[in-house]
Amino acid sequence: MARKVSTRRKLVMSAIAWTLGILIFFPILWTVLTSFKSEGDAIASPPVFLFFHWTTENYAEVQSRSDYVLHFWNSVVMSLGSTLLGLVIAIPAAWAMAFSPTRRTKDVLMWMLSTKMMPPVGALIPIYLIFRDVGLLDTRIGLVVVLTLINLPIIVWMLYTYFKEIPGEILEAARMDGASLAKEIVYVLTPMAIPGIASTLLLNIILAWNEAFWTLNLTTSKAAPLTTFIASYSSPEGLFYAKLSAASTMAIAPILILGWFSQKQLVRGLTFGAVK
Amino acid sequence: MGSITLRNVSKVFGEAKVIPSIDLDINDGEFVVFVGPSGCGKSTLLRLIAGLEDVSGGQIVIDGQDATEAAPAKRGLAMVFQSYALYPHMSVRSNIAFPLKMANIDKAEIDRKVNDAARVLNLTDYLDRKPRQLSGGQRQRVAIGRAIVRQPKAFLFDEPLSNLDAALRVNMRLEISELHQTLKTTMIYVTHDQVEAMTMADKIVVLNRGRIEQVGSPLDLYRKPANLFVAGFIGSPRMNLIEGDYARAKGAKTAGIRPEHIGLSREAGTWDGVVTIAEHLGSDTFMHVEVSGIGTLTVRAGGEFGCRHGDRVFLTPDESKLHRFDDKGLAL
Amino acid sequence: MATTHTRSAARLMMAPSVILLFAWMIVPLGMTIYFSFLRYNLLMPGMEEFTGFLNYSFFLSDPAFFDALTNTLLLVGGVLAITIIGGIAFALLLDQPIFGQGIVRILVIAPFFVMPTVSALVWKNMFMNPVNGLLAWIARSLGFQPVDFLASVPLLSVIIIVAWQWLPFATLIMLTALQSLDEEQKEAAEMDGAGFVSRFIYIVLPHMARAITVVILIETIFLLSVFAEILVTTNGGPGTQSTNLTYLVYAQALLQFDIGGASAGGIVAVILANIVAIFLVRLIGKNLEA
Repeated sequence: MARKVSTRRKLVMSAIAWTLGILIFFPILWTVLTSFKSEGDAIASPPVFLFFHWTTENYAEVQSRSDYVLHFWNSVVMSLGSTLLGLVIAIPAAWAMAFSPTRRTKDVLMWMLSTKMMPPVGALIPIYLIFRDVGLLDTRIGLVVVLTLINLPIIVWMLYTYFKEIPGEILEAARMDGASLAKEIVYVLTPMAIPGIASTLLLNIILAWNEAFWTLNLTTSKAAPLTTFIASYSSPEGLFYAKLSAASTMAIAPILILGWFSQKQLVRGLTFGAVK
Repeated sequence: MGSITLRNVSKVFGEAKVIPSIDLDINDGEFVVFVGPSGCGKSTLLRLIAGLEDVSGGQIVIDGQDATEAAPAKRGLAMVFQSYALYPHMSVRSNIAFPLKMANIDKAEIDRKVNDAARVLNLTDYLDRKPRQLSGGQRQRVAIGRAIVRQPKAFLFDEPLSNLDAALRVNMRLEISELHQTLKTTMIYVTHDQVEAMTMADKIVVLNRGRIEQVGSPLDLYRKPANLFVAGFIGSPRMNLIEGDYARAKGAKTAGIRPEHIGLSREAGTWDGVVTIAEHLGSDTFMHVEVSGIGTLTVRAGGEFGCRHGDRVFLTPDESKLHRFDDKGLAL
Repeated sequence: MATTHTRSAARLMMAPSVILLFAWMIVPLGMTIYFSFLRYNLLMPGMEEFTGFLNYSFFLSDPAFFDALTNTLLLVGGVLAITIIGGIAFALLLDQPIFGQGIVRILVIAPFFVMPTVSALVWKNMFMNPVNGLLAWIARSLGFQPVDFLASVPLLSVIIIVAWQWLPFATLIMLTALQSLDEEQKEAAEMDGAGFVSRFIYIVLPHMARAITVVILIETIFLLSVFAEILVTTNGGPGTQSTNLTYLVYAQALLQFDIGGASAGGIVAVILANIVAIFLVRLIGKNLEA
């Protein structure tokens, strides 16, 4: 139903929305701009917005001073690793719950959800001590394991809500059409399940990338992902605004781009399917 | 070939006995309709025949061979689902070709069969579209196309028209009937709509609470309903069921008379009553008449019988068409 | 579908997830409960002994606990208030026909994807710094004395930072809910003579009730555990002015090495979170049936 809206009203609304939108986005924009300034321009008063000497030296500086690439790679390994591992474990489970539900399926799902609600401080101390004793502190493997476990409930839930939407009649139709289980999976199930799996993958990479409790507590240097790396800029480097901005921009850029693609899935994933 | 025999077939879900025990013979080439109210077990029965559910007991024989344990694909049956169950990621062509591809038939042969089916079903122009780009009726045809290319022993239809609007439903009903004339293949058709059952079936199976109430041709069921349930279910508008003195006088617990078997007059008749509602359909007029001592009767009057709310009319039942039922509801 | 064969396969397929999550839940929790009854300090290895509820009574009677509890509640409450009200406002705005709707939406959502340590540092240094921060400059150019946010209003500063991160989430969910509102319902209300305000109160708000509840509960779960933002900006200070429960437990365990006391604190946090969780599980469970 296209409703008639006066152009003037639309213009006013647009102006308000754009102003507020830019205001919300401003800290990110400012960070990106500052990353291209010299340190002098970065703290200039009054602040300079666009008309400064653009430079990329901060990016080079961040890399040479603190091995940015290593931390970036740690973030990639741990977010991708934990997500893929989580999918491998969760796909069969979500599959079984969506297509072969029993009376207890709902309880199992609810219970999984409840594990996500346990505050991490309830588990921090034992995990820290265990990791210390078996030498998993500050290792990528240790981090991958923990991130897999904390995001597993979300992965199972998201997949479950997606799989649930594949109508059972279609699978039955394939069976009537003579598809063996293997062919059913290859020709019918996978093509229909892939969008859901992809969305789940995307959202979980984002969640793992930004996770900042376990990463901060379990890593210090060689396995430190970007969250921990940036935290180390707290002081005194934090006062070098241009370099801080360059490091920050590099840390958030990849996920910001992924995130914009996954708005819809975000709602569904984080509300456990309660809002779609 | 496509004869199907059910022997003692039963189905239990947990505590619930959905189908206690059913025996049924379906002959080759027959158009059989399972009809009954929702929850009567008709869809379950169809799914048992398809092999989508395991039977809890009994035997299913297809073309003389025991198919009770056979996988759905091995039974040589094709099914058209209520939701059509088209593969959303495949084009119409791939949808129709899918069962052939699963049977490892060579490409040229598949193309030929798909094109034939598309021509029969008026789908030739749509072969490269995705299901979501089609109308309801077209989706329905694709589902049928997917079924006919396999040349199955029998077609199973699970309420295939319930998602279509009224006009389209009448069209598709004719198309499916024509298809049956052309193919002469056994068809089993599940519906809750007795009009579909009456118009399409060679043989109607009336189901209620997992039991067969009656099996017979449409006119058999119309003329000689075996019990109150069938009497009330078959025929539109419903048969008038009268209890009390009138029925007792006829030696029955319940007497039944169809609306079209009651004579109508403004001057004289067996009963007199007052019209409460008159529904003018043009070709027919249905009147609801309040008769004291009997209750409200539905009466069919021909054409444009001019009559309004509050008019007094006289009714005369055609007693040769009277149905009588005993206190167990069985026909006498 | 329902054949006995598939059912046992289903159980097998669920096993890894269920077993792993069960272990993840029960082992650390069990150990934390065990530690909470011990006198256990990492600086004095080998001195562990059973102390009953002593750790709990120390933790609960520590004035820092009361501060942390208050701060936790203020933090959760403050962020919820800002994000819910802001989220509804933004959602209503973005639901209007505007030019470049998609782009505005992207701008508004962006903060959610910024990792907590980055947003905390950027706010701390580039905005809230009393000398070089942008907010200080704005204050000065308007003729005011700049505020040293993190020193004078540390908790409020943390609330602002966290709210900035969660506003997009609330907006996105409210917007999704708003867009699922049947257009005909709004039109019917309009025909019935309802103006914008009454349409909002009687039609829109009830429709969004579920989304609002979901936002409240899910944000609460995450907000109870805010950590990185505090660690990076204020370290819980000055004093305990911006210490929440999570940070208090962390400080006790990894800064003071008091495992027993920290474990008792952890259990207290778990109990608090459970109270919230019960409501959330009920709510989502109800939706699962529908």
